[in-house]
Amino acid sequence: MFWEIDFVQPVIELAGLTVCFGKREILKDLTAALSGRTLGLLGPNGAGKSTLIQTLLGFCPVAGGTAKVFGRDVRDHLRSIRAQIGYMPENDAFIADMTAVTFVRMMGELSGLPARAALERAHEVLFYVGLGEARYRKLGTYSLGMKQMAKLAQALVHGPRLLILDEPTNGLDPSARQRMVRLIRDIRDSGQMHILLCSHLLRDVEETCEEVLILKQGQIVHYANLEEERRTNKRFVELETSGDAAPLAEALAQLGCAYTPAGVGRYKIVLPEGFNLREIFRVAVERDLPLRRLSYRRDTLEDIFLKAMEV
Amino acid sequence: MAVYKQTYKDYGGRRTASWSRFLILMRYSYARVFQSRFLVLFLALCFFYPLGCATMIYLSHNSPVLAMLRLQPDALPPIDGSFFYEFCVVQGVLALLLTAFVGPSLIAPDLANGGLALYLSRPFSRTEYVAGKMAVLLVLLSLITWVPGLLLYAIQASCTGWTWIKPNLWLARSLVLGPLIWIGVLSLIALALSAWVKWRIAAGACILGLHFVGAGFAQAINEILRTRKGSLINSSEVIHTIWASLFDTSRSTDLSVTQAWIVLGVTCLLSLGLLARRIRGFEVIK
Repeated sequence: MFWEIDFVQPVIELAGLTVCFGKREILKDLTAALSGRTLGLLGPNGAGKSTLIQTLLGFCPVAGGTAKVFGRDVRDHLRSIRAQIGYMPENDAFIADMTAVTFVRMMGELSGLPARAALERAHEVLFYVGLGEARYRKLGTYSLGMKQMAKLAQALVHGPRLLILDEPTNGLDPSARQRMVRLIRDIRDSGQMHILLCSHLLRDVEETCEEVLILKQGQIVHYANLEEERRTNKRFVELETSGDAAPLAEALAQLGCAYTPAGVGRYKIVLPEGFNLREIFRVAVERDLPLRRLSYRRDTLEDIFLKAMEV
Repeated sequence: MAVYKQTYKDYGGRRTASWSRFLILMRYSYARVFQSRFLVLFLALCFFYPLGCATMIYLSHNSPVLAMLRLQPDALPPIDGSFFYEFCVVQGVLALLLTAFVGPSLIAPDLANGGLALYLSRPFSRTEYVAGKMAVLLVLLSLITWVPGLLLYAIQASCTGWTWIKPNLWLARSLVLGPLIWIGVLSLIALALSAWVKWRIAAGACILGLHFVGAGFAQAINEILRTRKGSLINSSEVIHTIWASLFDTSRSTDLSVTQAWIVLGVTCLLSLGLLARRIRGFEVIK
């Protein structure tokens, strides 16, 4: 399968990428070219999402094929690729006895910033992620939410062109999660970097990403351009009647709706553009069919994901 | 930064040379290490013996002062290979203690909370990481071993002049090489243990244990099996053998110089192997 998005300047290009741990193939012959501003990486546990990220960072050796970031092969130009990447790992990643400002400054310096600039940037990004008041506290004393923000700060300090976020909302309470998602959207909207977001939480990806790549058992099973999906996706209702719902479904079909049975007495009705929901009630009254349930929905990422998982 | 300015800003400034990045790690490590007052005190104590040796060299060339102190010139040891060998032995033990104190705090804190992934996701290689951490020990241990040793040599040379320097030039080479070998081995062992034993106190105990327990076992093996081969696991015997050959002393050793070099080589390779396995951007959980 070859998921073609844009050939102008692909951020990530995979061509038959295979990665093995020992004799086990973790990523199998991945081929894709991604050039969107925010890319979502989805998949169940063990699908190979983190391995793909680690391969792009040069942590995992490439067993076959190629992986390119900004047109440069990770095997030949690792140093220059890493200079353009900001990475926020999934697991704990900090130095407990360092203050946030020292930690972020050191990471900035290691990315090539001069000491003075790194200090300035450390203060700036810590304020940006909301840790301004706590920047002189040791990281070991931070709450989980604060540690996540500190990880984001160190990934941003050197002004990368690609920000890789591995499960950024892991373990966050709802308000902290909202803050994180807001920040990701803000970074996206600043237009200064691409974002690769890997998450189990479909809502996070749906709220922040323009494109989604779904992995399953080390293979790409689906690519979706969420922007396009949002524009074209279908509105539908799930309805349930007390009696036989078939006459109601047929009547709605005459009004331009499409329908599919979804169990005994239940139908999924796909609504045409500009369809007024009141029409359903009118037809139900005409046919004397009491409606037991009617839920209005749009195709969500969850539907796309579940469909992809069935492949 | 003003609240209204809190939006993401890119960085477009200048970047530093990539070859110098390992020095950043060294600078931050020093800042952490020197937070301990005990270390500062211990480091100061490490200069007492070199100071004593300097005094001895000075006295051996000042008959009036010796006479004032009512000391005979032959009461002081001659300034030769044996003198500098003893200097290395004493400072070598202090270097071991300093390594046991500083070494464990170098890599263990980075590994304890997964910090390595952050270092290695930057334009910074595993070799540079190890070099940066190793440089901390190399510089610190050099300050108490071969640097004061060379200063003592310079004092002796200034007191005696060219007539002493010419036949003893090899001593200067031995004074640099001997301690450098020891601090290189100590640094590698300390880093390897720091990478594998996350608890600092345990890692420090392991470094001392390797030295002292190794010596105990070596003695036991030698006594029980009536052999000398047990000394192969006695690190002090190994390094003393090499120093004895470098300083041309008449000290009798259990091992040949070749055996000692082989043991050191194997120790270094083992330590590098342990480091290579541990210093990674990710962990494979089997």
